[in-house]
Amino acid sequence: MANISRGAAIVGVAESDDIGYLDNDKSDLQLHAEAAYNALEDAGLKKSDVDAIFASGNTLGLAEHMGIQPKFTDGTSVGGASFVIHAGHALAAISAGYCEVALVTHGSAGYSRRFYAPPATVRDNSPGAQFETPYGFIGAPINYAMACSRYMHEFGEERTREAMAEIAVATRKWAKLNPKALIHDPKAQIPLDMSFDDYHNSRWVCWPFHLLDCCLVTDAGGAYIITTPERARDLEKPPVWILGAGEGHDHGMISQMPSLTSLIARETGPKAFQMAGVNHSDFDLAMIYDSFTYTVMLTLESLGFCGRGEAADFVKGQRTAPGGDFPMNTAGGGLSYTHPGAYGVFLIIEAVRQLRGECGDRQVPNCNLTFCHGTGGSLSSGGTVVLASD
Amino acid sequence: MAQQSLPDKPIPYPTQETSFYWEKCSERELWVRSCNSCKKSYFYPRDFCPSCFSRDTAWIKCSGRATLHAFGVVARAPHRAWAEEVPFIVAMVDLEEGCRMPTNIVDVNIDPDDLKGDLEIGMALEVSWDERTDGYIIPVFSPV
Repeated sequence: MANISRGAAIVGVAESDDIGYLDNDKSDLQLHAEAAYNALEDAGLKKSDVDAIFASGNTLGLAEHMGIQPKFTDGTSVGGASFVIHAGHALAAISAGYCEVALVTHGSAGYSRRFYAPPATVRDNSPGAQFETPYGFIGAPINYAMACSRYMHEFGEERTREAMAEIAVATRKWAKLNPKALIHDPKAQIPLDMSFDDYHNSRWVCWPFHLLDCCLVTDAGGAYIITTPERARDLEKPPVWILGAGEGHDHGMISQMPSLTSLIARETGPKAFQMAGVNHSDFDLAMIYDSFTYTVMLTLESLGFCGRGEAADFVKGQRTAPGGDFPMNTAGGGLSYTHPGAYGVFLIIEAVRQLRGECGDRQVPNCNLTFCHGTGGSLSSGGTVVLASD
Repeated sequence: MAQQSLPDKPIPYPTQETSFYWEKCSERELWVRSCNSCKKSYFYPRDFCPSCFSRDTAWIKCSGRATLHAFGVVARAPHRAWAEEVPFIVAMVDLEEGCRMPTNIVDVNIDPDDLKGDLEIGMALEVSWDERTDGYIIPVFSPV
């Protein structure tokens, strides 16, 4: 395979104008467009420079809404990992010469639109609708609970619970340092100085998950711009280089997952790290999709940062919190920064800001190398990208 | 304000590949597909073996015995149909025939203050039946 490491760079990142519990009737498309506008401004590029659109699903409607006539689109829609996977796809497309300026964007009014699922109006005869939905397999907490309960059985309930609490508390400490994080909105119902007791006492959503194990459902848009090395070097802000990318998928529905205690990250991580020519110990920052506290544990193990069943030891003692020696999810994560239903794009946004040194109180010192790992669907899809400062 | 009645729980809409499964369920029998080429049983039912892609596949009748593979105890209803039934148990069970299926565990008293209670992965289960609208009967499991 051709070596396309450093074949493209991320040159602009942004959220929509506002994110959180908006209650203001902004549409998905509007959040998309705001994020795209802001990311182009961050990059110092114009809409007319964009010749490719990457989004989860509706690329046509999105291009039309913004008045863009792209010569390349990629609507890969594999859950919240999509926007991490898009980075690898855009790297490939740009390296192959299909496009020069790729806009990767997401927008979702996940909070303002949320409601109990209405009765089906069409006869959905998909395998999921036939074999999972009638039992109440609806929504991420229930699907992910399968995997977490199995992990507890294999590696110990108590140590798993302790590790989930460590991640729950550590991530909220980072969120407190991020003015954009939802934790600052009292409606979020997350204590600003969340304690271990707060975690253990929070209500159950679906055992083994407390409310404070679960990611948010917010309204938010997010976007980033990828371009060629030549164009990247001409821009005002320093480029962030894509050193490696890996992608994999091993099932769709949770009941079809080959092993509930191993993620496809076991393949995407080594592939991305090898392409980048880096080792686990080289990273200054870890950005891991935290749909649930448990997702992070499983991802750390599957990526190879520790052995199977060892995540509890790995995250012990607030190691991933501010001041810890393994900074992780510094924006506050899907747990407490934002998560409009699919989160991957926000991993990239924070990674780029950290590599540029733009993160103020939460800035990781000398942050030059990081990775983002997205997990989507029902632990189904995985994407890893390795990013480095100029 | 008049109290709105809760919607019915979702029911399956069979396809050509699954109608035999659901017909047998309506007779309170559990059948799964098995591959004559690689000898593996599999769930959910489809004509092609998902392991070796052989079309030489058959239906086999299950004993109804299974063990608990994974579970969650749902405290917040995911759909209005379950609004008055929380907490309830969603699970994946390993059938004696060698494949794994999603289901509910029923006939378990759940203490709202101790949702996990006596549920243990690996515990022995047997098939039971839950009657739904439109004559559908779906397989669920209860502790032996």
